[in-house]
Amino acid sequence: MMKRLFPSLRLSAALLLAWLLLNQSVEPAHLLLGAFLAVATPLLTRSLQPLPHARIRRPLLLVRLLFTSLLEIIRSCFNVSRIILFTRPEGVNSQFIRIPLDLRNPYGLALLSCIINTTPGTVWAEILPGTNDLALHVFDLHDAQWWVDTIKSVYERPLIEIFEG
Amino acid sequence: MLTSLLSLAIWFALICIVLAMLCCTVRLFVGPAAQDRVLALDTLWMCAMLLILMLGIRFGSLIYFEAAVLIALTGFVSTVALAKFLMRGEVIE
Amino acid sequence: MTGAENLPAWAAVPVIFLLVLGGGIALIGAIGLMRLPSFYQRIHGPAITVTLGAGCILIASMIHFTALQSRPVIHELLITVFVLMTAPVVSMLIMRAAVYRDLRAQKNTFSAGPDDVYRLPPEEKD
Repeated sequence: MMKRLFPSLRLSAALLLAWLLLNQSVEPAHLLLGAFLAVATPLLTRSLQPLPHARIRRPLLLVRLLFTSLLEIIRSCFNVSRIILFTRPEGVNSQFIRIPLDLRNPYGLALLSCIINTTPGTVWAEILPGTNDLALHVFDLHDAQWWVDTIKSVYERPLIEIFEG
Repeated sequence: MLTSLLSLAIWFALICIVLAMLCCTVRLFVGPAAQDRVLALDTLWMCAMLLILMLGIRFGSLIYFEAAVLIALTGFVSTVALAKFLMRGEVIE
Repeated sequence: MTGAENLPAWAAVPVIFLLVLGGGIALIGAIGLMRLPSFYQRIHGPAITVTLGAGCILIASMIHFTALQSRPVIHELLITVFVLMTAPVVSMLIMRAAVYRDLRAQKNTFSAGPDDVYRLPPEEKD
């Protein structure tokens, strides 16, 4: 019964929280409408969901990974600003590199792409068809192997533990 | 002292964002390829959202928040539609 | 009129700092969009506007209104989460559109070489 009414408790809680934030109040009326939305929306949109809901095995590791990537985002923001302002753009070596991935879980790949794309200086192009290799565009490339190692050890290994565990 | 510094900072950020919108507009008109224009348009949406937020801080009103949410939403949808069109929508040769 | 006169000092100092930083970073990102020579470099310019620029101004807005109304005003979190979720999708879609268009213009499929990923035409600088 619980399982049928709430396919994902996390999604329902997030919807309720978003509704309350949008209305900026915790009055009973808003709570009631928000609870209705939180129950109805996952039920009505369940057929849109191609995969079963993700199972997060290690939530603490996820929080730590997000914190690490936040620091990395801030650091590379200043790096990219410095390059834009003070470096001659002809000298910047921007290239595609190829990174072989071991991660297969679609939710893990989605989160990895979000983290990589939010970090300034790197843009995820695609997973090359027929392989599990990631095509990554790097703004200022010095050492391709360093990027491969960093992405595999800092981002991919925790994601494998979180989602595939 | 702090108040005048604060209003100075608000003006600085407003002017910075307006200049950023000008840069985006230059790139929007110069191009050269279609993807440059889509990228410039997306950045223009984002700067417009920031400008609305800054106006909210400047006038001390919470009304501007709704406008910022709407701009963020429509900006995302329109950019996704344009990028999808660029990827698939044109006849090859 | 603006209400900024009665902002306490504990709020005014971080708001000033975040506004100056956020405005500057947003401007730098747009300058990058304007002056970098090729498209694949230009796509990295707006990324800093979207992350640090927008983030600083959103946090400044939260602190400002929380101090001004003396109650927690955190609904800017919605925009923050929305931007953090959509900006990567947008940049990935534009990147893929550009790569596919360039490959199509050149009538070339993927190169399978280990060192180069796509064999793109030489970029024309402008």
